[in-house]
Amino acid sequence: MIRRLWVAFFAVLALTVAAEFFIDPHPHFDIERLFAFNAIYGFLACAGLILAAKAIGLALKRKDDYYDE
Amino acid sequence: MSSLLLHPAAILFGTALLVSLLHGRARVAAALAGPLAALALAWSLDESLHVGAQFLGMDVAPLSVDRLSRLFAVVFALMAFAGALFALNQPRRAELPAAFLYAGSAIGVVLAGDLLTVFVFWEVMAIGSTLVLWSAATPVAYRASVRYLMVHLAGGMLLFAGIAAQVLDTGSTAFSVMRPDTPAQWMILAAFLVNAAAWPLSAWLPDAYPEASWSGMVFLSAFTTKTAVYVLLRGFPGSEILIVVGLAMVFYGIVYALLENDMRRILAYSIVNQVGFMITGIGIGTEMAQNGAAAHAFTHILYKALLLMSAGSVLLMTGRRKCTDLGGLWRSMPLTAVCGIVGALAISSFPLTSGFVSKSMIAQAAGDERLFAVWMLLAAASAGVFLHAGIKFPWFVFFQKDSGLRPPEPPWNMRLAMILLSALCIGLGLWYEPLYEMLPHAVRYEPYTAYHVVAQLQLLLFSGLAFFVMLGWLRRTLTVTLDTDWLWRVPLAALARFAARSTDAGVSAVESGAAKVRRAADEQLRAWSGPLARTWPSGAMGIGVMATLLALLLSYYLA
Repeated sequence: MIRRLWVAFFAVLALTVAAEFFIDPHPHFDIERLFAFNAIYGFLACAGLILAAKAIGLALKRKDDYYDE
Repeated sequence: MSSLLLHPAAILFGTALLVSLLHGRARVAAALAGPLAALALAWSLDESLHVGAQFLGMDVAPLSVDRLSRLFAVVFALMAFAGALFALNQPRRAELPAAFLYAGSAIGVVLAGDLLTVFVFWEVMAIGSTLVLWSAATPVAYRASVRYLMVHLAGGMLLFAGIAAQVLDTGSTAFSVMRPDTPAQWMILAAFLVNAAAWPLSAWLPDAYPEASWSGMVFLSAFTTKTAVYVLLRGFPGSEILIVVGLAMVFYGIVYALLENDMRRILAYSIVNQVGFMITGIGIGTEMAQNGAAAHAFTHILYKALLLMSAGSVLLMTGRRKCTDLGGLWRSMPLTAVCGIVGALAISSFPLTSGFVSKSMIAQAAGDERLFAVWMLLAAASAGVFLHAGIKFPWFVFFQKDSGLRPPEPPWNMRLAMILLSALCIGLGLWYEPLYEMLPHAVRYEPYTAYHVVAQLQLLLFSGLAFFVMLGWLRRTLTVTLDTDWLWRVPLAALARFAARSTDAGVSAVESGAAKVRRAADEQLRAWSGPLARTWPSGAMGIGVMATLLALLLSYYLA
């Protein structure tokens, strides 16, 4: 079941990238002309955000009864 | 002035009174009919209506309408209706009247044509929202509400000082576009930003809102921050500092929501994140950006309320809030799960939902203005919204693991409220023209181009890939993450306790000293005797002063 969901998910991902061949782009900036720019950027941005959260968590996480009196 | 009785805020204040007095079916009828009447009235407001008056020699305009104020009044009234429907079965009777007072004062702010009226309703809003928090009636909620009230009263003082100085500077009470270049305008801007939950004064929001009842947070999420968005749109469009503030809020909200374990605190941080998008748009300040910020406030109120209704239903039916205690609830709460997912898709700006047609205008404005860095950061943040709210909330609450919980769906009125908002989130995504027609400026924007849709799908779905690939890094732990409220909950609180202890000691020393002096003086006075030498109570002195002042006043009139 889980395996089939992953296969379906990857198929959808591939479709959204393949769709780029069939559409007329009207980008604001040159960087958007890179192939699959939004896919790559979305993934990297999220990976970066998760890493940033992890780093901030190391410094600022406390047990959740921290403020209890 | 009779036209002020036909003020949508007045209708909601009347509803608050009725709902607090009535019982049973009459109460239900009033709670639903009141906001509907306010909605109909707000909808039909004439876009050039201006009811002004004189107060203490200053111009006030309690009812001043244009496209921007009408848009916010409509969505606030709509939200009051949806929230009331959801909260009908809330056993704490104080909550609904408080919520109507709160919603009415928010409408009062957006229909105010002058700064004095803004200030008055601003303060009523702080009281109304605190009452909503109090009606949760738990010790934790009470303590959080006191911290909440402190922040908002401080913000209110700042606003009052700013407005007083502004009126002195300009000689006018008009609420028009300002540039933050005088101390007065800086103070007004800062006070607005306190209510917008701008970092670093953002921590009051995730501190207080999640402690409200299961229905209370639905109301709280809608009004305070969006009223702040409205006043910023009206007062400070194009103030570039708002771009920086907005982007800081956007990323702060994402990172803290990613670290959070409490489902309602996740959604609280995502309010800050979403308001950040709006404030960035206000900072960009073009017509496209202002339209985007206003439209996003409209759609955000609806999908955030939907998300919080879904979370509130889970809280009511399970009594649990932590992701570590939840999971697998889709089995027994499929409707709550589906509605939560609709809200999650809308907040992520998925095509065919309301978020897509509103948020994309802000990015478009950044692109049109050639603001490359802003545009890149907004795109990264859009991906991050899907990560922290779009997937994280439904995944950890409704899927993830089987927590063994099999709660039933919530009562009919709560289901109906969720269905109503789900329909609006999808409906506005499909038929966005009516929303665009209500925006402050004429819209020249087409959201559904093939390119927009494909770009957004790539951004979001690969964000989803990152979520599942890095799921191990996102495992929930029984932790909180320190936020700026730490400053006033730990070091400042300790300082206050220390100060109180030292003052107590000091006061008692002074008091015992004073008592000795007084005893000695009393004896001396008694020895002198005479009526004027008696010790009079301080009330008598108050009356004396008042009589003198009255006499003085009379003599002025007579002279």
